[in-house]
Amino acid sequence: MTTIPATRLTLPRWLNLPLVLGFFLVLFWLAATIAAPWMTGHAPLDMVGRRLQPPSWDHLLGTDALGRDVLSRTLHGARHSIPIAVTVVAFAVTIGACLGALAGFVGGIVDTVIMRLVDVTLSFPPMLLAMAVAASLGPGLENAAIAMVAVWWPIYARLMRAQVLEVREREHVEAAIASGATQTRVLTRHVLPLCWTPVLISATMDLGQVILLAASLSFIGLGATPPTPEWGSMIADGASQFYSWWVALGPGLAILTIVLGFNFIGDGLHDYFDPRSK
Amino acid sequence: MNAHPPLFEVRDLRVAFGRNGTFAEAVRGISLHVDHGEVLGIVGESGSGKSVGMLAALGLQPEGARVSGSVRFKGRELVGLPRRDLRELRGSRIAMIFQDPLSSLNPVMTIGAQISEAVHLHNPDLSRRAVIDRARDLLALVAIPQPDRRLHQYPHEFSGGMRQRVMIAMAVANDPDLLIADEPTTALDVTVQAQIMDVLADLQARLKLGLVLITHDLGVLAGHADRVAVVYAGEVVEQAGVDDLFARPGHPYTRGLIASIPDMTAQKDRLFSIEGTPPALGRLPAGCAFNPRCVNAQEICRHQAPPTLRRGDHSAACHFAFAGTESAA
Repeated sequence: MTTIPATRLTLPRWLNLPLVLGFFLVLFWLAATIAAPWMTGHAPLDMVGRRLQPPSWDHLLGTDALGRDVLSRTLHGARHSIPIAVTVVAFAVTIGACLGALAGFVGGIVDTVIMRLVDVTLSFPPMLLAMAVAASLGPGLENAAIAMVAVWWPIYARLMRAQVLEVREREHVEAAIASGATQTRVLTRHVLPLCWTPVLISATMDLGQVILLAASLSFIGLGATPPTPEWGSMIADGASQFYSWWVALGPGLAILTIVLGFNFIGDGLHDYFDPRSK
Repeated sequence: MNAHPPLFEVRDLRVAFGRNGTFAEAVRGISLHVDHGEVLGIVGESGSGKSVGMLAALGLQPEGARVSGSVRFKGRELVGLPRRDLRELRGSRIAMIFQDPLSSLNPVMTIGAQISEAVHLHNPDLSRRAVIDRARDLLALVAIPQPDRRLHQYPHEFSGGMRQRVMIAMAVANDPDLLIADEPTTALDVTVQAQIMDVLADLQARLKLGLVLITHDLGVLAGHADRVAVVYAGEVVEQAGVDDLFARPGHPYTRGLIASIPDMTAQKDRLFSIEGTPPALGRLPAGCAFNPRCVNAQEICRHQAPPTLRRGDHSAACHFAFAGTESAA
């Protein structure tokens, strides 16, 4: 007699653990971005209690040196960090991918000029370059964002160029040229659609990294200006109130979870698009 | 010489690849022609320059390659033609089919979108509806069942033979005059090869295509070609009508190729093979390029490049091409 093996519950392939975990972490912070004012009882800029109060039922993460609610400020921090991260990555991907695709597809002198610019930019430590740009533009989150785009686009340029170089040698591209397609058409219809996967994965992971860099710039005073509830500057406040540990705990956890969340999603997407890597 | 220029005429086509100022010729003066509705077979080993030569004739040479000679299509010179004009010819008047149908199709576009693109490129004024109708008709033309459903599928949902049919459909989308098929059956398994050749031969006859069939399989040519050009080391070493070529091969290389075709009737233990390997690019032997591998090479073959000897339509580049028969005449 043959035994029929018990059917195992098989999950769809996109449903892998990092992707789900990352999805919920990011979802939480997206919710905070939209609904921060309704998620806490206190306004982020109001002095709502006595200064440096440890966590209590009234203030779940305590109050900071000015008597502001840390939880409320942390949740509101998402409203600054996430839009900044999305904007910076969007601009960096657009600029980097366009230049990289151009370099890879056109080649020759265009390639040389673009890629040497990339090399020069990448030869600086990213933090140092971002600091220099931000410092020369003056404080403020907008300027920090510009600085970060300047640091980040070369990564996508390299990624995109490598992809384009690989894809344009494939035979279907030659077949398209042989059937009379124009250069523009070959690039947009037959090369670029096959180049996006690594860029997408990298961009997702970089959302977290950009939040980290933005916080770092704010931490040293080159990003958000007080009293903006930005995570980096909140941690800087916490550093000067070292024994009131709760002041830095909120923004610290925020950065940790959101960077982790984006990394998980990036990882999950990577596994999804490239099953061999599992 | 007839009054009309041949459909496609290649004269002394040379393609050289260079690095740091030194050039090596992969194609060393190929001359051939194809008439309306004629099938020319080009046969040769891998690396003999048959594909590179035909690609270069359409301006599809790899970057940095140097092309010289003359390529005329309906009397119009293609070498040196502006890119724009070449592009208009490609896919409309002259179409190509490549070796590997899987990698020749865009994996992220539906079959319908790809065929439609081939139609749209050369008929930009056609409505979307008309383009899709045409795509459907083309799939039916190459005998793909359920064309309506197939239009919405991706290349990975097609078998190898089906994909090559799609490639053929795309190639004939704009009723070309000339079709260049670069080893259209090499990547397919044997049973499918025959089907694809039938589809191709059927369309060639129906659409009165001039067909250049590049292959390394003389057997395929025996059944489908009108004339055959044998290419060795970047040169046409022999050119003749298909029956003439098989009956009276003039060049020892052709004789070797014919002798290496497996024969189902003969009881042989080993298949004949031509000794040695083709010469490396840029390292040709002196005299006749084939002399180190030739079974009846003489002293003259090692010093002097052979002239192209002609006998009617039959030409062969060998010092002793028609020696046996000519002395009698």
